[in-house]
Amino acid sequence: MNERAVVAQGAIPADSEVDGAPAIRVRGYWQSVLHRLRYDWVTLAFGVVVLAIVIVAIAAPLIAPFDPYQQSIVGRLKPFGWRGHPWGTDELGRDMMSRLIYGGRISLVMGLAPVLIATVVGGTLGVIGGFAGCLANTAIMRTMDVFYAFPSILLAVAISGAMGGGMINGIISLSLVFTPAMCRVAETATAQVKNLDYIEAARASGAGTLTIIRYHVLGNVLGPVFIYASSLVSVSILLASGLSFLGLGVQPPEPDWGLMLSTLRQSLYVDPLGCALPGIAIFITSICFNLVSDGVRGAMDVRG
Amino acid sequence: MLGYVIRRVLFAIPIALGVSVVCFSLVYLAPGDPLQTVLPPDATAETIAIVKHAYGFDRPIPVQYAIWLWHVLHGDFGRSIASQRAVTLEVFGALGNTAMLALFAAPLSFMVGYGMGALAGCFPGQATDRIVTGAAVIGVSLPNYWLGLVLVIIFAVEYMVLPASGMGQSGSAAFTLWHWSDAQFLVLPVITLAMIPIGIIARTTRAAVAEVRSQDFVTTLRAMGLGEGAVIRHVLKNASPQVLAVMGLQFGYLMGGSILVETVFTWPGSGFLLFKAIINRDIPVLQGTILALSLIFVATNLVVDLLQAVLDPRIRRA
Amino acid sequence: MSAAMEVQPYVDPRDRGGAAQPMLIARELQRYFRVKGAGKGAVVRAVDGVSFTLFKGETLGVVGESGCGKSTLARLLLHLVVPDSGELVFDGDAVGETGGVNIGDLRRQVQMVFQDSYSSLNPRMPVQDSIAFGPMVNGRSKTEARRIAHEILVKVGLRPDLFGPRYPHELSGGQKQRVNIARALAVGPRMVILDEAVSALDKSVEAQVLNLLRQLKRTLNLTYLFISHDLNVVRYISDRVLVMYLGQVVELGPAAEVFARARHPYTRALLGSRLSMDAGRRIEAPPLVGDPPSPIDPPSGCRFRTRCPHAESVCEARMPTLGHWEDRSSHVAACHMTTPDSGHSLAGSA
Repeated sequence: MNERAVVAQGAIPADSEVDGAPAIRVRGYWQSVLHRLRYDWVTLAFGVVVLAIVIVAIAAPLIAPFDPYQQSIVGRLKPFGWRGHPWGTDELGRDMMSRLIYGGRISLVMGLAPVLIATVVGGTLGVIGGFAGCLANTAIMRTMDVFYAFPSILLAVAISGAMGGGMINGIISLSLVFTPAMCRVAETATAQVKNLDYIEAARASGAGTLTIIRYHVLGNVLGPVFIYASSLVSVSILLASGLSFLGLGVQPPEPDWGLMLSTLRQSLYVDPLGCALPGIAIFITSICFNLVSDGVRGAMDVRG
Repeated sequence: MLGYVIRRVLFAIPIALGVSVVCFSLVYLAPGDPLQTVLPPDATAETIAIVKHAYGFDRPIPVQYAIWLWHVLHGDFGRSIASQRAVTLEVFGALGNTAMLALFAAPLSFMVGYGMGALAGCFPGQATDRIVTGAAVIGVSLPNYWLGLVLVIIFAVEYMVLPASGMGQSGSAAFTLWHWSDAQFLVLPVITLAMIPIGIIARTTRAAVAEVRSQDFVTTLRAMGLGEGAVIRHVLKNASPQVLAVMGLQFGYLMGGSILVETVFTWPGSGFLLFKAIINRDIPVLQGTILALSLIFVATNLVVDLLQAVLDPRIRRA
Repeated sequence: MSAAMEVQPYVDPRDRGGAAQPMLIARELQRYFRVKGAGKGAVVRAVDGVSFTLFKGETLGVVGESGCGKSTLARLLLHLVVPDSGELVFDGDAVGETGGVNIGDLRRQVQMVFQDSYSSLNPRMPVQDSIAFGPMVNGRSKTEARRIAHEILVKVGLRPDLFGPRYPHELSGGQKQRVNIARALAVGPRMVILDEAVSALDKSVEAQVLNLLRQLKRTLNLTYLFISHDLNVVRYISDRVLVMYLGQVVELGPAAEVFARARHPYTRALLGSRLSMDAGRRIEAPPLVGDPPSPIDPPSGCRFRTRCPHAESVCEARMPTLGHWEDRSSHVAACHMTTPDSGHSLAGSA
């Protein structure tokens, strides 16, 4: 029998096996995360739902039965289950199902883009702040503290309100809201790693700061940053739809879930269920992202 | 201890100044001439010139900031474009209404959230825990303004037991708390507003309680023969500082983040004032409201930090 | 017998000073750390005037209690922490000065093995990458560095195909420490500083690692500076011993000498505190009373006087000096009792 295989199964102790550790199957870090996830059916199930939402949004032109902008004076506010329009129509006669499907695109973009931007910008600032000298660190972190002093919705509304509505402004505003938090997470993680022994050993080997960051720091900082970013996505979707609800996000006639809630609100007494539909869409998307990110975090936190 | 208090208070001052800078610069984020933002569109050339000089729009930006700050510190937030009343009056009136919502929503969310979280933390992994955790996750994933709408649909449209919007039968000026005819307007907004804090407080309490329970000193207490009830009392006491910190933060959010709920229920609080200001492009009111709300948030954080230091001796050393 | 038949001792091509030149000379090294908040100008005198020589091919053990400055000293020698004052001479060249050896070169010839803690190895890197990092930073290609890593793994007794791709959390304490040693050796140093390298290991494993260290020293012609608080370990592995107290050297000499006939009261007390397995040799009274004084505000004169049974007024007035620390075979102690004409009543008799 192959000697290596025998040793790998723990039958014969290898040269230094007297130390006591059995030979185990070697698995990379990310591989072990995926392995743990495979047994977490809750996270997997909701992950599938998230995937479905994304696919539906991307494939909107192929899936949606009607043009989401096509109005019809006659066919206004038809209820759920109406012939031809399974989910009813809105106050301008547009098909609800199509608008919800197309709305997914905008809501997902406004949910994901700010988090992505904030991760890159805030993460970079945080790593710089963690490694920089006292002065630069203080400058960066105190500036972030000022933005942290606003409640998120207030800051988003303030910036969007001042800049005016629109999707781009909304994304910019939300990015500004999330950047301080990402910066803090990155800076804390960097500061923690910076003082560990293996960084000192790396310096003793002769490595410069950039090399150390690239090989040793980034890998260990990316974890907490990614975990925090994934938990921000659901918040971002909620905030973005909130901005649209207030009229500060996407403008009509774009199909955005928050905007739809706002316009349908006027018809609350006539077609109550119709009002509820966009909110259900927001809720499902948000909770799925939330649960998936919780699950991934659980899988990433435990080591070994 | 006193040193910590002084340091923490001193730390809040540059933050407050930074907040004021952000509020000040909102005017410059707005597209168009900043002068247009503080004047009604039909202002005469004479008025324009007066305002220009008074606000210093012809001076460099740092000077403008200083002038603005000077006015603010003297309680002059400018005049609302829409109503021409002093912004201070509008803001403080509205703040009172928001405070009423917050003062009801806070105890509700604290008690419900703490209770749920403590229950879940004492029975981790079991049915209670899963239900509570599930409810908490739902609470923070729901758009709270949508919950408001749903509640309105159920209670005001379908069953017509509670009013759909507004504050009081005869408006906010005549609002009396101890008459149900007015007080019923509070019910739905308060429940809606409390939803997210309940979720967050429940989650935090559960985590804190579960963590404290797993510590060695709890095993020691049980080994000494202490009954489960007494043990739980000790656990809750140790978990309290963390939970109180979160509660305090949530109170700040209740004050500062109420815009969505107030818009749904047309509750004339500071959030609704902000909403109207945005629609009307009434920048002085926008600035004033945001400044007031964020300063309240900063002050709440400060109080929470100081309270935490009182309760948790480990923090005072830092 | 002709000289050609004598086995020539190995000479490292980087050796500049020859066998007689000490590997390292430290002169009056000093490093203070400012303390936050505890009053203006308060400093921790971590290393306060340390001088010693380290000869080529020897193992110098450094002992002392926690807080005596051993770890700071280790970092000073590698310039991981910059000394406030004092001189460091490596193989005849001044460190850090123009015309001498620069820090980069120093770090290619002197390496450090850290105590095995959860943070001594990057948890996200396979150990072969952690080991290969050093050579790679010093200019080798990735494949070359990986090959060196595998070679070193063999030398420390770990099979490279089995242990190379593993992550730190998949190794036992002893294996991790072998990896730490491998990491230090990968760069090809001539001198290795071992800072509490076996302190976190079980006794049985500790013995194996110590033997490995001795074997490596022979085969790779290394010089060791071995820092530990465990006297028995230091006795086992050291040729000479240096005893530190509150940032200063109190005794220095050949290991057998120091352990058999300690000259400084602190060393004697340390040796006397070792517990014996023999029930007949029970210690009745603790040899050392009280807590060590704070390194922020050490006692004037001799720093040990507050715990010394032989303290006299001269001990408070004047700080004792170490004597001839440059000689290899000298056994010196910084104590007024060992210095004739110091004014101490027992001077010249210890």
